[in-house]
Amino acid sequence: MLKFLLSRLLTFLPTFFGVTLISFAFIRALPGDPIIVMAGERGITEERHAELVRQFGFDRPIWEQYLDYLWGVMQGDLGQSFVTKKPVWDEFFALFPATLELSVCAMAFAVLLGLPAGVIAAVNRGKFFDRALMSTALVGYSMPIFWWALLLIIVVSGWLQWTPVSGRISLMFFFPQPTGFMLIDSLISGEKGAFASAVQHLILPTVVLGTIPLAVIARQTRSAMLEVLSEDYIRTARAKGLGPFGINGVHALRNALIPVVTVIGLSVGTLLAGAILTETIFSWPGIGKWMVDSIFRRDYPAVQGGLLLIAVIVMIVNLTVDVVYGFINPRIRKG
Amino acid sequence: MVDASNLPASAGAKRPGQLSEFWRYFKENRGAVIGMWVFAAFVAVAVLADLIAPHDPIVQYRDHLLQPPFWVEGGSWEFPLGTDAVGRDMLSRLLHGARFSFYVGVVVVAFAASGGIVIGLLAGFAPKWVDTLIMRVMDIILAFPSLLLALVLVAILGPSLTNAMIAIAIVLQPHYVRLTRASALSERSKDYVTAARVAGASKLRLMFITVLPNCLSPIIVQGALSFSTAILDAAALGFLGMGAQPPTPEWGTMLAEAREFILRAWWVVTFPGLAILVTVLAINLMGDGLRDALDPKLKRS
Amino acid sequence: MALLEIRDLSVEFATAGGTFRAVDGVDVSVDQGELLAIVGESGSGKSVSMLAMMGLLPWTATITAEVMRFDGHDLLGMSARQRRRIIGRDMAMIFQEPMSSLNPCFTAGFQIKEALRLHTDLDRRARHARAVELFEMVGIPDPEARLRAFPHQLSGGMSQRVMIAMALACDPKLLIADEPTTALDVTIQAQILELLTTLQQEQGMALILITHDMGVVAETAERVQVQYAGQKVEEQPAIPLFSTPRHPYTAALLAALPERATERRLPTIPGIVPGQFDRPPGCLFAPRCRFADDRCRSTPPKPASPELGLARCHYPLTHAAEAEA
Repeated sequence: MLKFLLSRLLTFLPTFFGVTLISFAFIRALPGDPIIVMAGERGITEERHAELVRQFGFDRPIWEQYLDYLWGVMQGDLGQSFVTKKPVWDEFFALFPATLELSVCAMAFAVLLGLPAGVIAAVNRGKFFDRALMSTALVGYSMPIFWWALLLIIVVSGWLQWTPVSGRISLMFFFPQPTGFMLIDSLISGEKGAFASAVQHLILPTVVLGTIPLAVIARQTRSAMLEVLSEDYIRTARAKGLGPFGINGVHALRNALIPVVTVIGLSVGTLLAGAILTETIFSWPGIGKWMVDSIFRRDYPAVQGGLLLIAVIVMIVNLTVDVVYGFINPRIRKG
Repeated sequence: MVDASNLPASAGAKRPGQLSEFWRYFKENRGAVIGMWVFAAFVAVAVLADLIAPHDPIVQYRDHLLQPPFWVEGGSWEFPLGTDAVGRDMLSRLLHGARFSFYVGVVVVAFAASGGIVIGLLAGFAPKWVDTLIMRVMDIILAFPSLLLALVLVAILGPSLTNAMIAIAIVLQPHYVRLTRASALSERSKDYVTAARVAGASKLRLMFITVLPNCLSPIIVQGALSFSTAILDAAALGFLGMGAQPPTPEWGTMLAEAREFILRAWWVVTFPGLAILVTVLAINLMGDGLRDALDPKLKRS
Repeated sequence: MALLEIRDLSVEFATAGGTFRAVDGVDVSVDQGELLAIVGESGSGKSVSMLAMMGLLPWTATITAEVMRFDGHDLLGMSARQRRRIIGRDMAMIFQEPMSSLNPCFTAGFQIKEALRLHTDLDRRARHARAVELFEMVGIPDPEARLRAFPHQLSGGMSQRVMIAMALACDPKLLIADEPTTALDVTIQAQILELLTTLQQEQGMALILITHDMGVVAETAERVQVQYAGQKVEEQPAIPLFSTPRHPYTAALLAALPERATERRLPTIPGIVPGQFDRPPGCLFAPRCRFADDRCRSTPPKPASPELGLARCHYPLTHAAEAEA
C-alpha cells in the first residue's frame, strides 16, 4: 500500500510542475504587451506600466521569472488581482466554499440517484424500467446544461414560482459566515427561515450541475453490474441462499463499485467545468463565475492563479480516488 | 450461431463480409439507427441551409419583434417558429445554426483525431523516454477541466468561432493520444507486426500501414463521441460569449442572446437548446451503436 | 423415501436461435448418505439439471418436471423465498472453478460466516468458532489467518477447500459437487476427492458428484448415472456398470479410460455431443454409435428394464465381451 502511494505521488510531482508551467506561460502567451492588453480601454500611465513590469518580472530572463513564480506558488503567493488589488490566493479561497458546497451537493445528488438507478436497471435488464432509465440517462448525458438550467428556471422558477432564480440565499438574511458553507452558516445563525432559503437556492444549481454526472454514473453502474452479475461468485452467493439484496446490493455492487469509483473521480473535472456554466447562470458566487468574470475583466493574474489552483484541486481529487480505489480493490491493497 | 451454408460466402469475400457483419450488429440497435437518420437529416440541413431557410438569418424584421411561433396566438406562418428580440426569423437561424455545429464537429474531430493519432502512434513506437514525456504532457492537459482550458485558450487567442474550435481540438486531443497509444502498444506485440518487421517494413510503414488499421475501431467510436462533445463545448463557449460572435446564428450564441427574455418569450430559449440536445443525442445514440458493433469485447453481452 | 427425487425434468433455454433443450426428461433420485455420480461429456446437461433444482439458472431458462422433492419439501410449488431457506442450508453446492467462485472483494471468513449468519442463529463469536472448526475439518492449516485472507491470496486447492467448508457450514443433507476437481492440479485432485468422500461418510450426507471423468467415478461412486445430450442414457450401481455397461455410450466412455486401454492408441468417441441445430431425429447417440442401424437413426429409443441399467437404447449390450469388442 505504501509503495502504491509513493508511486502515485511520483507521477503527481511532474504533472504538478507541468501545470505550473502552463499557468506561468498563460500571461506570457498573450499577444503583445500583456500589461497593455490587461489594461485594455482603461489605459495605463507610464509609471504604473513600469511598476507592473517590475512586479511581474517581465524585465528579467524568462527562467528567472519561472523560478520566481514557482517559489511564490510554493508559499501560496499567486500574485495580486489586477482589478481588486487583493491577493489572488485570498480571493480564490474566499469563494471556494461556495463552489465546494455546490459540487458536493451535486455529486451527492448524482451518486445517491445514479447508483441505485444503475443497479435496478441492471437487475431488470431488457425490461421496461431498464429501457426507460437508460434512455433518460442518455438524454441527460447529451444535455447542454446551460440550456437545461434556463429551462428549469422557466418552469420551476418562472411558472411554478418554487425556487429563486439566482444567488445563494435571500437578500433579507444577513448573518456572519464563519464556515463559508451557506447550509451550515444559515443553520447556526439561528435566523428563522434562513436554512430553508439556502436550501431553496441550492436546488436548481444542484440538479443542473449533477445531471451529467448522474447520467454517467447510472450508465457505468449498470454496465459494471451486468458484467459482475455473470461472474461465478454471484452463483456461489445465490447457492448460499442469499436474497436479492444480499446478491445485488452486497456481492455484486461491492465489485461493480470498483470501476464506478473511477468514473466518479473522473466526474470531478466535469463537475468543475460544469460549475463554470452553472455558477454563471445562477449568479452563484463561486470560483467558476469568478473565473469567467476575471476573463472578461482581463484580470489575468486572477485567471492564472485560478487555473493553477483548479488544476491542482483536480489532481488532488484524482490522487484521492486512486487511494480509495486501492482500498476498495483488495487485489491492489495487499497485492 | 453461424449457419454453415453462410461460411463459404463470407470467407470468399472478406471485406464486404466484415462490413455487412458490422451493419448487421448496428442495425439490431434501434436507437442507433434512429440516431443515424436524425444525424443524416442534420447533415442535410447543414448542407442545404441556404436553400431551405425561408429568410436570411441575420435580417432584422423590425415590425415583428419577439413574435411567437405560428400555433401560439399572435404567431403567423411567415415566421413558423417566431422571431427573436431584434426580429430575426428563428427557423432560419436554427437551420443555419446546424451548419455551424456541423462545421465545428467535423473540423474539431479532424484536427483532434489526426493530431492525436500521430502523437499516439509516436508514443507507442518511440523510445521509452519520448513515450513518457508525451504521456506526461497529456496528463498535464487532462488535469485541467476541458471547458476551463478551452475558455482560457480562447481568452489568449481572442473570442471567435475559429479560435473556439482550435481550443476544443487541443483539449480533446489527449483522449485520442491515449487511445491510439494503448491499442498500438497491444497490437505491436502481436505476431503479424513481428512478421512485417522481419520482412523489412520501415518504421513508418509499420506504424501507419500495419498497425494503425487495426487500432481504428476505438478511435472511430471516440470520433463519434467527441463530435458531440465538440458541438456541446462550442455551444457552451458561444453561450459564455467566447465562441461565435453575434449576429452569427450559432446555437450557443443564440441562447446567450436570448437569456434576458427567458421569462417573456420561451421560444427564443427553447428551440436552440432543443436543436443542440437532439443533435448531440442522435450522435451519442449512433456512437453507442458503433461501439457495440465494433467492439468485439462487448459484442456478446 | 428418497432424500431427493426428481422425475421427468426438462430445462429449456430461450436463445436467439429459438429454444434449446439442455435437459430432456431426466430422473434423479438419491437416498440419505448415498454417493451418486452423474457422468457425461461437456454439454450433456449434468450441471444444468442440478442448477435447475437449486434454482440457480438465469431467467432465460424454463424448468418443467413431474416431481421435484427434497427432504419432504416440494421444490416445484415453492416460492423463491422458501427455496432460499433450504439451499445453502440443507442442500449445498460447490463448483468447477474455485478461484472465480469466491468473491474477490470479501475475505474467506466473511463469505463463510455469511452462510452461518443467514441460516443459523449463532452469535458473532460462535460463528467465528464454527468457521475455524470448519476450516480445520477441510484441512486448511492456520485457519485464523486464512479466515482473514482474500481469495486472490489462496491457491486453487485452498480455494476449493474454502468452498467445501462454506458448503458444509450448516451441515447439509445433500452436497452437489459440480466437477470439483477439473480445474485443479492432478496431485490436488486426489486430495480434494478424498476429502469429499471422507466428509461424506463422516457427516452421513448424500453427495452427488458431477464429472466427465470415469476414473473419478471408479474411485468413489456407489451408483452411477450416465447422461448424454440432456438425457439419462444409463443408470447402474458402480461395480456392474464397470463390468457390464449396457449403453454403447457408457461402453465407449469406459473404453476411453487409459487404465483399460488394450491397444497402443487410446480409443476415442468420434464426433461431438449434438448441439442446438444438429439434433438427430432418432437416438441422440446414433451418429457416433458403432452399432447404430436405420431404426436407431429414425426412432428415439425408450429406457430399457432396470436389469438392463435403464439403458436408453434399442439394442442394450448384453455381454461384457461385446462391450470390449
